[in-house]
Amino acid sequence: MARAATTADAFNAVAEPRRREILDALTGGERPVNELVDLLGLAQPHVSRHLRVLREVGAVEVRDEGRQRLYRLNPEALKPIHDWVAGYQHLWEERFELLEGVLEDLKDQEDKDG
Amino acid sequence: MAQTSSGTMEVTFPSDEQILITRTVNAPRHLVYRAWTTPELVRKWWAGRRGEMTVADMDFRVGGAWRYVMVAHGEFEVAFHGTYREIVPNERIVQTEVMEMPGEESGGEGVVNTVTFRDADGGATTVSILTDAGSKEVRDTIAQSGMEGGVREQFELIEELAASLT
Repeated sequence: MARAATTADAFNAVAEPRRREILDALTGGERPVNELVDLLGLAQPHVSRHLRVLREVGAVEVRDEGRQRLYRLNPEALKPIHDWVAGYQHLWEERFELLEGVLEDLKDQEDKDG
Repeated sequence: MAQTSSGTMEVTFPSDEQILITRTVNAPRHLVYRAWTTPELVRKWWAGRRGEMTVADMDFRVGGAWRYVMVAHGEFEVAFHGTYREIVPNERIVQTEVMEMPGEESGGEGVVNTVTFRDADGGATTVSILTDAGSKEVRDTIAQSGMEGGVREQFELIEELAASLT
């Protein structure tokens, strides 16, 4: 049970590298499971398990077409990750900009001191 | 991808437990190092444009402790502390970082940050900050219980951090 809870958000879902590969594969459009199996070189049950995790967090959606199950990406579910990265990135960009100001002062001072 | 000019920052995830930030700044290595390790200079940049730093305590030696406090514009305090694990002047600083959560005992060593300073073209310096969220303790837990528990801890930490930044 504890393990099931660990996949409850998008961050966790994409922490697994093979799941990121699945998402990458789906950026090009909808694909049936067997195509993902071929692309990833993993056994079908493994791929299905990863897909289930991705579905639980809403990162992929599925629809049946005839005998095929087709999976597609739902990028909206990955927004929390994007938002986090953006916030973190902005802070560090601001820091580096201010740091450059500090460094200009240090350089001037050093030139003066000779 | 080659880093050709200053001003471009890259954020990458080298592994499930790591975040790597790389940026080239237009100044020689010894000055960048000085700005990074001198409290009155750290105060000028570390809070970004999100607030004022009220505390920048740095017992800058291996085993020494540091603590930064900033008051964000929203009038709340955010504090971080840790210890220095490794110091190679003008090259490398390894330090732990724990974010202090109000009303919570901040246990554990937190994340480990490795800051590296390298020469870049034209007298500039490339700074890399590698954040390793997997402490030994967490990493051992990961080894014993499968990846997901450990990674989750990392992301919880990151989400808390993100919440404090906005």
